[in-house]
Amino acid sequence: MPVSLHGIAASNGYAFGKAYKLIEPDLSFEKTTIENSDEEIQRFHEAIKNAKKELAKIREKVTNEQGEENAAIFDAHLLVLDDPELISTIENKINEEKVNAESALRETTDTYIQMFEQLENEYMRERAADIKDVTKRVLAHLLGETLPNPGLIAEETILIAVDLTPSDTAQINKQFVKGFVTDIGGRTSHSAIMARSLGIPAIVGTKTISSTIQQGDNLIIDGMNGEVIIHPTDEVQEIYKEKMTKFQAQQAEWALLKDEPTISHDDHKVELAANIGSPQDVESAINNGAEGIGLYRTEFLYMESTSLPTEEEQFQAYKVVLQGMNEKPVIVRTLDIGGDKQLPYLELPEEMNPFLGLRAIRLAFEKIDVFRTQLRALLRASTFGHVKIMFPMIATLDEFRKAKAILLEEKEKLTDEGISVSENIEVGIMVEIPSTAILADEFAKEVDFFSIGTNDLIQYTFAADRMNESVAYLYQPYHPAILRLVKLVIDAAHKEGKWAGMCGEMAGDPNAIPLLLGLGLDEFSMSASSILQARSQIKQLDQKAMRKLAEKALQLQTSEDVKKLLETEVKATK
Amino acid sequence: MITRQFTITAEVGLHARPATQLVQEASRYSSHIELEYNEKKVNVKSIMGVMSLGIAQGATFSIIIDGHDEEEAMKGIEALFTNEGIAE
Repeated sequence: MPVSLHGIAASNGYAFGKAYKLIEPDLSFEKTTIENSDEEIQRFHEAIKNAKKELAKIREKVTNEQGEENAAIFDAHLLVLDDPELISTIENKINEEKVNAESALRETTDTYIQMFEQLENEYMRERAADIKDVTKRVLAHLLGETLPNPGLIAEETILIAVDLTPSDTAQINKQFVKGFVTDIGGRTSHSAIMARSLGIPAIVGTKTISSTIQQGDNLIIDGMNGEVIIHPTDEVQEIYKEKMTKFQAQQAEWALLKDEPTISHDDHKVELAANIGSPQDVESAINNGAEGIGLYRTEFLYMESTSLPTEEEQFQAYKVVLQGMNEKPVIVRTLDIGGDKQLPYLELPEEMNPFLGLRAIRLAFEKIDVFRTQLRALLRASTFGHVKIMFPMIATLDEFRKAKAILLEEKEKLTDEGISVSENIEVGIMVEIPSTAILADEFAKEVDFFSIGTNDLIQYTFAADRMNESVAYLYQPYHPAILRLVKLVIDAAHKEGKWAGMCGEMAGDPNAIPLLLGLGLDEFSMSASSILQARSQIKQLDQKAMRKLAEKALQLQTSEDVKKLLETEVKATK
Repeated sequence: MITRQFTITAEVGLHARPATQLVQEASRYSSHIELEYNEKKVNVKSIMGVMSLGIAQGATFSIIIDGHDEEEAMKGIEALFTNEGIAE
């Protein structure tokens, strides 16, 4: 076994713990004929009993730690295990057909799953997934295997998985889960973003961690360098404990900057904001000294649900965020679905090139009712704080005009209904498509602000799918082509007296911050955990010197040239 | 044996939480409890049975109870339907 494994550093920090593999065991079995059906039925009941015990434990733990709402799913699972029709059908099968419990279970539940999957109702199709889940749990008990139960983790662990889905990360309890390592993913994949918002170290894209590591292996993860150390010796353990102490001391020092404004060494003021995905993230944004929310990704509200969130549900979520931020600006991005983010209940057609297809604002125009509902909820919430509305994936001025017109229509309707709506809501756009960056001077006359989404801007500029690891080398944030587009946008905004921000990964990258400051960026929106470090860094930088640096960078030819310039000059000017 | 008709008032129909609650309530009694909808009858103590009917808001169905605690069971189910706004 190797002593260490390398991956992509996705979230800072160090963690020590035992490996907990979130990997399903092999649940395959043969259909066999049995002699004694009473014994087989007994075995089946034993498995049901154990599965129920396990579920009750998970249910209790999730209720205590995350509330009734999140635990409700386990009630449904428990009821399935109590279902007299299901149980008796399986018993009869064992009795009459003399088959083993495994195949009687599988065949019976398959009938139900097929029946549910054929129903029109999306909710019922979801229930088919519940039955599959429960079947798996009972099967595991019959076969003497153990299913991974992230909800039951009760010691300091490091999660190991091929990949983590949004529902996996939603169950992470930071008290015990100290970090995670995955086979696939990059710095901008869902799991990496979640790790940063949870504030736990993570390494993604190791390719082989799930097959290399054994359950319970002692691990150290170094989220700074993307290193996993397997079975560390005492000596190595000591070295990392020291590193962690230093890291924590640094964090404590940064924490002193929490309520400070962000002002460069030569008195140039900028704003540092947080990217969030749900109302729960507000606390972390505040604790990390965010001066606002630069990007509220509303799609998580839709992705965590099994059906479209109602206007009321959305209103409540937006209200909580706005109140939580206490009059600090909150930029809400309207639904950005499509591309790598799908909603099973919307039933969108499959596309050859989803990133070039019906996503974000394009989808909003297609599903106009969904869009209008969101805008109504937002407008209703607008009186509870300082909201700004931002449309994603705008490619043409027509799209912006159309989206804004719909917003104004909804606003007028609400006013007619006697519902109060904030009067001065700034309306801006994400700049993620080169056409919009190039025409930024025209856009700047009509929008209230720009926010540059670098992840997409880079992928569309280099025509390289950011989910495709084979072309990952084309993800080049420092490339002069990107810098020139960023400059176009910032200059265009300033010329019209507007402001320009950035809410992509680049805005929180310590290597990019000197350049962005020099290019004149007004607002930097990043993972909450990066804010204090960025503030500390900007305080030491000289904006005028960075402007000169940026001018030089704009004249270079490759990413490597820019990186070299940064290495030599940023150090020299500090 | 007693029978009563109900109309679903819950927005989600007889799915999700309402279905779970009905099955949990029914399971507290020893009587045999059936639900008849669209000429199909299912055991109310079976979550899969109840959900497989796909009863939506506005639909009318009957609850048929047979057994020694049938009166009590009907009262319990009626109370649940009213208190939780499931059916009337």
